[in-house]
Amino acid sequence: MITVGDVDNERNGFDPSAMLTDWETGTVSELPDGRTLRTFEVTAEDKEIEIAPGIMFPAWTYNGRVPGPALRATEGERLKIVFRNYGSHPHSMHFHGIHAARMDGVPGAGLIGPGEEFVYEFDAKPFGCHLYHCHALPLKRHIHKGMYGAFVIDPDPARHPEHETVARSRQLGTPENAGWQEFVMVMNAFDTNFDGENEVYAVNTVAHAYAKQPIRLERERPVRIYLVNVVEFDPINSFHLHGNFFNYFDQGTTLTPTLQTVDLITQCQAERGILEFAFKEHEPGLYMFHPHQSEFTELGWVGMFDVVEAVS
Amino acid sequence: MTDIARSSVEPVAGAPVARRGRAYLLWIVVPLAVLGLAIAWLVAADPLSGFRNGAPPVEKLTFERTILGTDGIRLLLRAGGSEPMTIAQVQVDDAYWQFTQDPPGAIARSGTVWIHLPFPWVVGEAHAIRVVTNTGATFDHEIPVAVPTPTRDSLSFVSQGLLGAFVGLLPVAIGLMFYPVLRGVGRNGMNFLLALTVGLLAFLLIDAFGDALELAGEAAAIFQGPVMVVLVAAASFLLLMAVGRRQGTPSGLALATFIALGIGLHNLGEGLAIGASFAAGAAGLGTFLVLGFTLHNITEGIGIAAPILKIRPPLWSFAGLTLLAGGPAVIGLWIGSLA
Repeated sequence: MITVGDVDNERNGFDPSAMLTDWETGTVSELPDGRTLRTFEVTAEDKEIEIAPGIMFPAWTYNGRVPGPALRATEGERLKIVFRNYGSHPHSMHFHGIHAARMDGVPGAGLIGPGEEFVYEFDAKPFGCHLYHCHALPLKRHIHKGMYGAFVIDPDPARHPEHETVARSRQLGTPENAGWQEFVMVMNAFDTNFDGENEVYAVNTVAHAYAKQPIRLERERPVRIYLVNVVEFDPINSFHLHGNFFNYFDQGTTLTPTLQTVDLITQCQAERGILEFAFKEHEPGLYMFHPHQSEFTELGWVGMFDVVEAVS
Repeated sequence: MTDIARSSVEPVAGAPVARRGRAYLLWIVVPLAVLGLAIAWLVAADPLSGFRNGAPPVEKLTFERTILGTDGIRLLLRAGGSEPMTIAQVQVDDAYWQFTQDPPGAIARSGTVWIHLPFPWVVGEAHAIRVVTNTGATFDHEIPVAVPTPTRDSLSFVSQGLLGAFVGLLPVAIGLMFYPVLRGVGRNGMNFLLALTVGLLAFLLIDAFGDALELAGEAAAIFQGPVMVVLVAAASFLLLMAVGRRQGTPSGLALATFIALGIGLHNLGEGLAIGASFAAGAAGLGTFLVLGFTLHNITEGIGIAAPILKIRPPLWSFAGLTLLAGGPAVIGLWIGSLA
């Protein structure tokens, strides 16, 4: 069934429905050599959040939200992430990407104490659907307390002449990209009684958020989901779409699908990928999506796509 | 010595009596006033604020009753902890489930609420309930074997009465029916039978105490279960002793009556236990269990018969003794199943 009541999004300071399309693109400037420099500012903060109606969780957050901001850049850009730790414990930002050891966000390399600041700098590569998370010890606790977020690098169409159109459709801000309905989903879970097992499962933190408030899809436009799994304690998570099949791009690092025509994919922790599908041929209605671990589904991780005719 | 002691206690004249009375009163008022002031200071000045370390409140939740019916599962919960508790969600078998709480809102310390879950439970299978509070703390309750909780209709009232009679009245009557034989077994034979009875009762004492303490441990902390068990047991023992020895050591029919009374109390408890297990929906009472209860109660009849072997009491007294010793089982069963 379903959790009883509603979560106070205002008190949380974030709305799961808005989070789906809330990309953090930072501020852009030009480097002397003509390259783009993209700067993100991220703070670590302790914050109590409501993860299911009435259930409060003492979270550790990036920018006051769980998951942290969905950072989005384009392949080849220089990235600068100014990280400030306003939390009560040491924290870091460990990016899944290609970077120097000094920038790895592990103890001794970018892990900072409360009140300190660190600037991570590296090139945006490889393109794909990635993530970042805190790598302070104990690792399990720092991850399950809420310190993670999506990190998407769009392919630079100029570098992929053979798949230029596809690359263009993936690059935020292009007319081709505007034709898509893109969503970011971070599959997470919370161990509210700290016994090493999760009591609440979700995408983007709030249990049953998209079951109670379905995600509206226009039937005519294709759908792209940036899916990241960060669930702690359980070895595996999955995504199953009802009434439809999708193409899957494992870790998003290719422009041709790594799996074609599937309705279920599995991800271990930190595994991620891009799902592409369309409801063009479907009749409008509610199409469910959930992991095919029934337990996770019944503990909060389930949602609905509300496929509607395009309204002009 | 006695004189000196007495003179120091007894007042000698009228005037000092009043003064001393006032002094006594003063010495009752002063310590109480100091206590009152201390409490007022503790509340007003809050000197303990320095100890407050941001720890979440202590929470405790006791599952007092479980009712399985056609409309789902009903649970009676009692809160206990440092502050009122709020139930946020309820899981059944690792799935969040719709529920209603009556009365709604936070549960005061030692307060109770009913939770109703429209859950399609399965007969004969196990279910696990998990209550999640607003702090994320969890409290678990297991339903080992789900069976419908008996409803209180006249049919079950009669059948429960019959069961009570079978467990309580019948065995005592059977035991007393040995009366003519017992008159002939002689002193050694009687000693053997009594030793058997005493041994059995000693076993029951230890067994019942263990059970009582275990059950008390499951009760809400506010009832101080284990202490209650010991105190109630001691109090009943003293009460029975006081009543029984009021006119010296009893013998004959009087002794038999007291034994019957004690056994009646024991059977009341037995009836309560069976009735409560009915009410709790845990009535997996097999034929053999009932038979066991019945068989061990036969020795009770023998125990009652022992003191009256040398006298010939009227026949009605046998009926009275049977009712006194066995009847409470019926009453216990009714009360237990109504609880």
